[in-house]
Order: sequence, then C-alpha cells, then structure tokens
Amino acid sequence: MRWFAELYDRLDRTMATNGKVAALVEYFAEAPPADAAWAVFFLCGERLRSPVRAGDLKAWARELAGLSDWMFDACYEAVGDRAETIALLVDAMPNRPAASRWEPTLAEAVTVIAGLEGAGEQDQRRTLEQAWCRLDARTLYLFTKLMTGALRVGVSKRLVVRALAEWSKVPAQAIFHRLMGGWQPSAESLASLLAEDDSDAEASRPYPYFLASPLTSPPAELGALEDWAFEWKWDGIRAQLVRRRGRTWLWSRGEELVTAQYPEIVAAAASLPDGTVLDGEIVAWLDGRPLPFSALQRRIGRKRLGAKVLADIPCILLAYDQLEADGVDLRERPLRSRRQILTDTLRGAPRVLQLSPLVSAEHWDELTLLQQQSRERGVEGLMLKRWQSTYQVGRVRGDWWKWKVAPFEVDAVLMYAQPGHGRRASLYTDYTFGLWNAAGELVPVAKAYSGLEDAEIRELDRWIRRNTVEKFGPVRAVTPAQVFELHFEHVTASGRHKSGFAVRFPRIARWRRDLGPRDADGLERLAALVRPDGSGSAEP
Amino acid sequence: MSVLVARDGGLYCGAGDFTVDPAQPVRRAVITHAHADHAYGGSDEYHCSAEGAELTRLRIGDEGAVIPHAWGERFRLGDAVVSLHPAGHIRGSAQVRVEVDGEVWVVSGDYKRHDDPTCTPFEVVPCDVFVTEATFALPVFRWEHPRSVVEQILDWWASNRAAGRCSMLFCYSLGKAQRLLAELADEAFEPVYLHGALERLTSIYRAQGVVMAPTRGATIDAPPRSFAGQLVLAPPSASRSTWMKRFARAETAFASGWMRIRGIRRGRGWDRGFVLSDHVDWPGIIETVQQTGARRVLVTHGRSDVLVRYLGERGVDAAALETAYGDEDD
Repeated sequence: MRWFAELYDRLDRTMATNGKVAALVEYFAEAPPADAAWAVFFLCGERLRSPVRAGDLKAWARELAGLSDWMFDACYEAVGDRAETIALLVDAMPNRPAASRWEPTLAEAVTVIAGLEGAGEQDQRRTLEQAWCRLDARTLYLFTKLMTGALRVGVSKRLVVRALAEWSKVPAQAIFHRLMGGWQPSAESLASLLAEDDSDAEASRPYPYFLASPLTSPPAELGALEDWAFEWKWDGIRAQLVRRRGRTWLWSRGEELVTAQYPEIVAAAASLPDGTVLDGEIVAWLDGRPLPFSALQRRIGRKRLGAKVLADIPCILLAYDQLEADGVDLRERPLRSRRQILTDTLRGAPRVLQLSPLVSAEHWDELTLLQQQSRERGVEGLMLKRWQSTYQVGRVRGDWWKWKVAPFEVDAVLMYAQPGHGRRASLYTDYTFGLWNAAGELVPVAKAYSGLEDAEIRELDRWIRRNTVEKFGPVRAVTPAQVFELHFEHVTASGRHKSGFAVRFPRIARWRRDLGPRDADGLERLAALVRPDGSGSAEP
Repeated sequence: MSVLVARDGGLYCGAGDFTVDPAQPVRRAVITHAHADHAYGGSDEYHCSAEGAELTRLRIGDEGAVIPHAWGERFRLGDAVVSLHPAGHIRGSAQVRVEVDGEVWVVSGDYKRHDDPTCTPFEVVPCDVFVTEATFALPVFRWEHPRSVVEQILDWWASNRAAGRCSMLFCYSLGKAQRLLAELADEAFEPVYLHGALERLTSIYRAQGVVMAPTRGATIDAPPRSFAGQLVLAPPSASRSTWMKRFARAETAFASGWMRIRGIRRGRGWDRGFVLSDHVDWPGIIETVQQTGARRVLVTHGRSDVLVRYLGERGVDAAALETAYGDEDD
C-alpha cells in the first residue's frame, strides 16, 4: 500500500493534468498487477461495499482514541471527512503502539476489508483496531477511506484511462469500453483490459461532439430567419447512440459509456440499421412531456436499475442530428441534409427514439415569445442552428447557439451557516437563506452551497464567525444583514416546508453588498412565481 | 473578585488599571506579542518583554511609550504586581503574570511548547487562574517534531530544484518566516528569497542575533525564469497578487498548523502543506494546564467551546472569555 499511498500523495499535490498522468503512468509501471488493478478501480471513483456500519466505525475509533462522542463530532466537523478524522485521531493517540508495523499491499488491504463482510462485530472490531494501530498515518487514512467512500483525489475515470493508454499503448476508447459493465479488478482482468485486440472498441467509437455557444445578442442579429433551424433545448443528457455490428452503445458527452443506464433506449435501437450514429438528448419523459432534470438524476445515480425506477422515470432519446448512415460519415454535409436523413431513419422507429421537433416561427419576435414559454414546456430554452452548418468539433462559435431562459431569482437574507465538507472543511460554506413574511419575520426558504468565489467564501466565513448570535451544534445563527441573489429553477407550493414553498436547485448568483436586509424580497415574491396549478412554472 | 475581566477587546485588570492586549486605545497596555490581533496602536503606555520591544514598536507606530521588561522582572502597576515570562510563540512573546492580594493569574497569550530557535522557550508559571488560547484545541491537532517538518521542506525544495521549479513557501510574515529561516540556517542550498513584507521583520531578528539562512529580496523586477530552483518565502496574501506573476514555474506550499487537515489545504489550493505551527497543539494544552496547577482555566480564542467542555468533564473549573484575539491565523 506504500506505493499506492505515494501515488495518492502525488495526485493530491498537483493540480496539473500532465503531472497526474505522469504519476499514474509511473505507478502502473512499478506496482504489482493486482495492486494496479485495484488502483484503477478506486481511482475511477468505484468503492467497496462498506462492510462495517458507519456508527460502529466511529464508535470503535473514538473508543480506541479514548474520546467522547461529542468530541469526535467536533473533530469531524473541523476535518470534514470521516476516514481522515479517524486517521488523525488514531495517529494522535498519546500512547499509540508503534511496535509491529503492518505494510500490506493494496490488494492485501482490500482482502482484509472484504474479510470483514459478514464477520461478527467483535471480530470486525479486533481486526480494525489491529490495522489502525499498526498502519502508519498515511496508509491508516487510505485504509479507512477505502471502507467509507470514494477516494476523490481529483482524478477522473477519463484521466485514469488516459494514463493506462499512455502506459500500455492501447487506445483509450478500447480501455474505456472494456471498463464498462461490471469490470472486476484483478491481475488477470487488468491484462484483459490492456489486451491489444480492439475491434469492439473500434465499433463502439462515437464522434467528437459539436457544441453550441450561449446566445449573447438579440437573435434578430443572426440575419435571415429562414437560414435557421430552431429546436427546443431539452433539459437532459447529451448523448450519441452508436449502432454497429448489431450492437448498440450510448455515449455521454463526457465520453463515458452509459449504455447500461438506459435499457429501454438500447432495446429500441435494435430496430436501427447497422452503421447508424445519432446525436440527441436523453430525457426523462412521461405522458408526452419531459420530466424535470431532477427525475433523470435519480436514474443517473443508480448502479442497479429496478423495475420501479424504470417505470417511474422512463427515458427516451430525442434525436436532432445524424452523424453516420450506412457506415458513412455525414458530418461534412449541411444540417438540412442530415436532418432529412435523420427523419427517414426514425420513420417507424419505436416511440423511445423520437425526432426532436422543429420549432417554427414566422418572425424573430414570434420566436422570442416561444422562447419565453420554455418553462411551461419543461425545456431550458431554444437551440438555433444554421441550416447550412456542418457538424464541427467542439465549441465553434457562429453556427449553433443555445438560448436559455433566465432562472428565477430572489434576494434573500443569510440566516444560518454550517461548515462544509472535504475541501471546504472548517469553513462556513453551507448557508440557509430566508425571505420576509407578512409579520416581518424571516422564514427560511432555501439552502445553497455553491456560487461564491473562494475569496468571498473566506470573507463570509470570517463575517459569520464574528456575527454569530446563537449556536445549535455545528449550525450558527447569524445577524440578518447579508443579502444574496439566489437563482433557482422551479418553485412549488409545499406543505412540508415552513415557508410554504419548495424551491429547486437554489444557488447563489451574487453577494448583494449593495442591499440591506430590509431590501430583500418577501415570501409573496415566491407566491407570485407559483402558478395557480401549483406547477411553479410562471415567468420570473 | 476577578483579577482580570474581558474589556476593550482585551483583558482588563481593575487593581492595576491596565489591559492585556487591548483592541481599543487605553491608558496602559501590557502586550503579550507583536501580532496584529494582540498589539494595537493608540494607547499611551505599552509594557512588553525586552525581547519583543522593537517588534512592538514597529507594530504600534510612533505614538505611545514602550516600556521593556526583562523576563521575570517584577513591576508594580497600581495594586498589581506584574511580570512577563516567555511564551515561545514568536520572538519576544510573553505570558503575563498578574498578582493581586496573593492571587496569581497568568495570561498565556499565544504560546507553543515545541522548539523554536528564534525565541526563548515557554516557561511554566504556577498560578491560581490560567488564561489559555485554544486555536488548535481539538485532539486531531498534534504536531510532529519541527525538525522532521524541516526535513520535508528540504526534500520538497530539493525535488523542485531538480525539476527547475521555484519553491514558493507561504508563511506568516512575523514569526513563522523567521523560524523557518532559522531552522534552515545551516541547510539552505543557497540564499532564500523574501517577499518585501518579510524583509524588515527578518532584518530585526537578524540584528538581534538570531542566526538564519542568508536571504535576498525577491522584490526586484527579475525576468520570469530567474527564480528556477530557488526557495521564496512570502505571506499568504501575496499568493493572489500580481507579484506572483514573475514565478512562472512555481510549486506552492503553506507552512501552518492548519495544514494538518487535507480539506483546508485543498480548499486554499496549495500544492503542499507543511504542518508547522507557532501555537500549542492539543496534547500541549492539556499538559500545560496541568503543569500550571491552576484551579481555574479561562479560555480566550479558538476552540474555546471544545476545551471548556473537555476540561469541565474532567472536573476542571473552566470557562470561556470573549476577546478580540485570534484574527491572525497561524
């Protein structure tokens, strides 16, 4: 595990992608194959099933260190990571026995952890206490981390694959593909991961995506209306469907295979001819309408898709482009011709594969009106594509534009703060915001974590510490003085929330230092944003 | 009656009519050390250690009388007998012993128990009431021996030298910077470059006989690659300034007790963190509280909530005191 700990430290210390790849390549070159296989597994973000209950882990560690429950919590609050808290506390034990060192390989450590599964509580506890006492500080942290969660050391699956490709000279797409579908780490599976035959990978390969740029000036400046195709901008996942050699692959924009996540789309794709590549959006779809992105997220997060999830959140592919037909690359053809081919391809296809409809407008003003109705339709806005455009690579300005609707916004007052986790440990970064009710009291309406710059976070942290009026455990109530502009996607009436409203995806847009607390909005502003039918899709 | 009470952002002694580390101007101040959150300008009279007098003068400006005292020298302020004892935090840092009607209080100011070649080591002063800091009062904070941290810094510098990179080590400009330079006195590969904010303070230390690695100013307008392989010390505030632009290929590090926590280092974006603190660690606090023999412990800044509760559970009479200390980090 020493090699792996060194790799972890190197990855942890550099922000540079090339530095990370170099560290990975060196590690793969010198680590035993079984260790390298497990390193791939963990660095790709996979984790072991936790063999020990979180509460047990905490109780055993704090009893070993001779600390009370509240003290462990206070430490955890400052450190922001459970495994790290345990490692620091055990390492700082006043009379930590240092006699018999244990230096397992990564694969051996995994075996020990796996052995805890199903063992009795006393055995689990004895094994862990021995491991904690005998491992050095670095490996103690990693050993515990492997039991409690993902590693999160700033390495993506893509980066790991890139390093594997660089080291083994096997194409990255091939490795990506082989990592899909329940790859189990072992010395043998590492060898098959890096085998030379890559015909499957060749067949699965998607095209680089053409990306739209945000529209920043009025659409009328784009010129003649008839030169442009308009589509709804769906709130889903951009994807390419590749159908070749009688098989189907679905690739996300992050160049990850997501085939296993959408069985209904894969089943429908069986009707497509070989040599077909479609570009479109995977959208959660029910009763002829898109479901909000949050519904789709519930599917993205799943390892195993149960029948209930598949029934509750059915997904479709709304295709808007075709990049390959009969094995021929279509990308140099104009959109008008690709769209025609796509229309033919999807004629008679199952309903799970749909043509993303064109939006028609007689003039630019009408298009603007349609764009403003995006919320009612459950879409994010409009896409504007030049009919003459070829399918280019990456974000090339000029031919494809996305025109998103503005989010809802309110000016709200900071009421409570609590410390964040991970890289935000020991800083107050989790905020609760409130709006004024009719009686002139602040009522909490939203929690938000993101949106501020690092410097602002630190400044606000200092302000929070100096303006705390009350503490409830880790939560601090602060003087109502700071106002923030919050953006969110939807608001619905809710009986479960004290304010009477539930807001979706609230985030901080700006620190409104120019506003005092009395300038913040009242609850009636949220009420006005909720539509009479309760769907919360009014214009801001 | 209490010998000291929280007032004017510091600790006021009625019997002696003076305030320890006042945040507001007062008639008579007793200063533990010259960090900005302990030494404010505007008071009439400043009592401090002889070792720290020049630094105190630098901090408070030209106004006000600075009255230096030798370690342990007893002097009378009103009805109180006062003496200063080394705290080991930075050069000249003092604990303040105050005796009124036979009752002895000791204000630790900021202190540490680990070795520091730039200042007189901490002295245990028996007392009835001990006023302690609590910056790192959590059991996760335990410091390694400073020499082993210095080894890590030297390794880091050596590997950056080999790669032709600049080693940019951020640290607080008063205390930590000079401590690092003193630790590196015999081992620096070549002169260490200093950000302008560190130069004056470092020259004061040097003039007082603290042996440190040779230094040069990093303020000159040098071409970007001229610091390849060099070690540069700078205050953390410089990390986001235009000054940084001349160090094209630099690895950054921060020397602080906070670097014990990974999330804090990552959150601030440092490549490396070296756990080197000028504050007492958790075992040090507990040990010091016991050694003073105090029957009562008052806690000023930092994790006073944790320390008060922990001591309380062990039968020690402990309470928190609100002061303006602790705005300076480690």
